[in-house]
Parts: sequence; structure tokens; C-alpha cells
Amino acid sequence: MLPPRFDLHRPRSLDEAVALLARHGEEASPYAGGTELLIALKARVARFAHLVDLKGIAELRGVRAREDGGVDIGALATHHQLARDPLVRERLPGYAELSGNIANVRVRVAGTLGGNLCFAEPHADPPAMLCAYGARVQLRGAQGARVLALEEFLQGELTTARADDELLVRIEVPGLPRGARACYRAFGHLERPAVGVAALALPEGKGYRWRLRAGGLCGRPTALAAAERTMAGLEPAAALEALARTVEADAGALEAHDDLQGSADYKRYLVTVLARRAVRGALGLGEKA
Amino acid sequence: MSDEIPVLDIAFRLNGEAVAARVEPRELLIDVLRERYGLRGAKRSCDIGVCGACTVLVDGLPATSCSMLACDVDGREVTTIEGLAHDGRLDPVQQAFVAHGAMQCGYCTPGMVLAVKALLADNPRPTEEEARHYLRGNLCRCTGYVKIIEAVMSLAHTRREPA
Repeated sequence: MLPPRFDLHRPRSLDEAVALLARHGEEASPYAGGTELLIALKARVARFAHLVDLKGIAELRGVRAREDGGVDIGALATHHQLARDPLVRERLPGYAELSGNIANVRVRVAGTLGGNLCFAEPHADPPAMLCAYGARVQLRGAQGARVLALEEFLQGELTTARADDELLVRIEVPGLPRGARACYRAFGHLERPAVGVAALALPEGKGYRWRLRAGGLCGRPTALAAAERTMAGLEPAAALEALARTVEADAGALEAHDDLQGSADYKRYLVTVLARRAVRGALGLGEKA
Repeated sequence: MSDEIPVLDIAFRLNGEAVAARVEPRELLIDVLRERYGLRGAKRSCDIGVCGACTVLVDGLPATSCSMLACDVDGREVTTIEGLAHDGRLDPVQQAFVAHGAMQCGYCTPGMVLAVKALLADNPRPTEEEARHYLRGNLCRCTGYVKIIEAVMSLAHTRREPA
């Protein structure tokens, strides 16, 4: 089906793009990979008189090493690029793996990380793991630039803190302490994950301090807080026991509803399974036990 | 929005030939290929980018032609199923599909063959698991996956043999 008619703008700089967004307000949408936007336009669930094509803006490209050992990712980086990028594979191997498993190869080739985060579709892989990493987003708008924690930027289903005249410029993934490890595990019957759980382990005491985020079933990635508290500093075997004791309560507290991806109860159960697998994966243990 | 119908002039390579077209920004690649160039290999089916029947290659990588703006191929190289055979000789991927009977109704076949083409260009010796992972977004409604994977693996095995 054809999308409704729109004007296509092709700015060559960030300033030009922001000016276009400011001029056209809610009539305009940024446009990059189109893997979400074009489907929504065709289905008439979104309508914009102006699309501002960001693909010609060099300032939105590139993956760069951060001095703190992390990685800065330009908003236009595609999942396909991130899965193969040598710097991402070296510094964020768990994220490179996640990128290589998103949806299907055509979505990975066209879809951008910036677009994925701005669309804020809950059934997506990147948000949970980037939230576990403590990622931040750089925004630029008519009023200037600001940096937000990704966990503040993502406000709920299809809702972010981005103003109409703002663009997501770059995703900052801070460096991790030596010995930190991360793992993401997801499951779904459809292309999108019904549930995904990210586990980040930061060395502390005889074990790790954990950052666990569940995504997919809830409007935005949510911490498995009781598990994080009880696992802190424990040796791996004790941490896994602590997880087993607490994760059901964490999962039960998550906002979830019945949909095509499964019933709310089923998805909460998946959280407990995937949390165990992600934690075991981060610990370098076999995942099925 | 402007009152006049906006148009864009684009130029790209289509199956190895330089072509030019005037399109509306909202026009989809699949419609330009099918209606203007008569290339009917790319099939519109799910129309939401999930099934892969509309797969074409853009700069050698799989693209969802039903949900891609035609203007975005400006300056790029587009390959459709019609561009694979040369001088009456099928491409090795097409030949393998024929040899293994890797098709039933045939509706998914053009997209499937092009996806395999891209897979083998990237990874000439995929494992079966890698092949299945790469083809995850190409659905066969006849569920004829076994023969398709056999065809892919026959090419992977051919390439495994020492030169």
C-alpha cells in the first residue's frame, strides 16, 4: 500500500535538519531506515506531511572509541553495521551479538539504532541492554543540546522525552570496569522479542554487582530490583541461588498484558527463564542448566 | 505540504544497466520495479516487511522493496531476480534450487534466491545454522524449508571442496 503523500526534505547538516523540524512541528517526522516509520505510514497509524531524511547528515554517522573505554554510536548506525563493527565487537561483544540477531537481515541492514530508540516500540532488543549498560543519549534541538540517561529518555510504549524539534544525535555507552561482563537473552515466536533480559555484571566483592533489565513485555526496560539487591557481591553459585529466590517476585511486579506475543503470565515466566540464562551467560556458564 | 505533487529525479543501476526515473517521494521501490520496469519477480505479500517475498538486493544487501522508498536507491545498485541469469544460463543459486526442487508454489522463490545470493557473497561457507539464521526473514508458506536449506548447503559444500 502506498503511504499518504508527503514532502521529503534532505538536509545536509544537523542545524538544517533541526530547523526543518522546528518549522514543521508535529507535521514532520525524522526519517532514516524507515523500518518502523514506513510501515506505520502505510498502515495509516501515523501521518506526517513532511519527512526529514537524515541519511545525508555526516554528523549522525560513525562509531567512535570513548576515552573512558566505552563507545559513542552515531544515531544512523545500522544494526548490521553494529554487529560487525570491530570496536563494538571488542568493547561491547554482547551488544554486537544482540545486533546480529535483531528481526531479520533486511531490518538490520536498513534499520538504525537511533530510529529504534526514538520509535520506542517496547518489543525491541536494543533498549534493555543499552539501559543495563547505563547508556546516555545526546539530543540536539532548536533550543540547544542536552544529554539524557536512556532510562529517562524512554518513557513508555512509543513515548520518549524527545521534543518534536529534537534529534537523537549519538548514543554514549560508557566504559565498564575491568572484568565487567554482559549478556542479553530474548525469546519470541514472532520477529520481535516477546521478552528480552539483559544482565550486566560489574566486579564487586567475591562476585559482581548486577544490573538486570527486562524489556519487551513492559512499556520500557525495567530493573529486576529485588534480584539485583540480593545478588550483589555474592559468588556466582550464591548469586544464581539469590536470583532463583527473587526473580519471580520481580517478574510478577512487571507491567504486562496479553497480546499476540503471549499471555501476561507466560511473558512473566519468560522473564524468569531468560534472566537465569542471561546471568549464566554473563558468568560464562552453560545456559540450559 | 506543497499543493503540487512533489517529484524527485533519481538515477541508479538496475540489474547492471544505468536507468533514470522521476518518482514521487512516497513511491515504493516494489511498484517502480514492477510497474515501470516490468520486473515482476519481487512479490508483494505481507506488505509489512516480514515475509521477504519482495526481497531485492540494494548494493548487494537484501532490502524490503515493499517498504522502501524508491528515491532511496538514487545512486545505488539494485539487483532483482531477473538480473541473475546471464546469456540464458542460470545463476548457481538458481541452478541449485532447480537441482534440489527447492520450491513449491514459487511465490517466495525470487526473494529466497536473492537472500541466498547475499548470504553466500558474505559467507561462502555458511553452516546450516548460519544459513537458517540468515534466511529467518524469508518465509515459505508451503513450508518447503528442508529442500531450500539442502540447496543452500549444496552450494556451501561445493565451495568447501579444496580448489
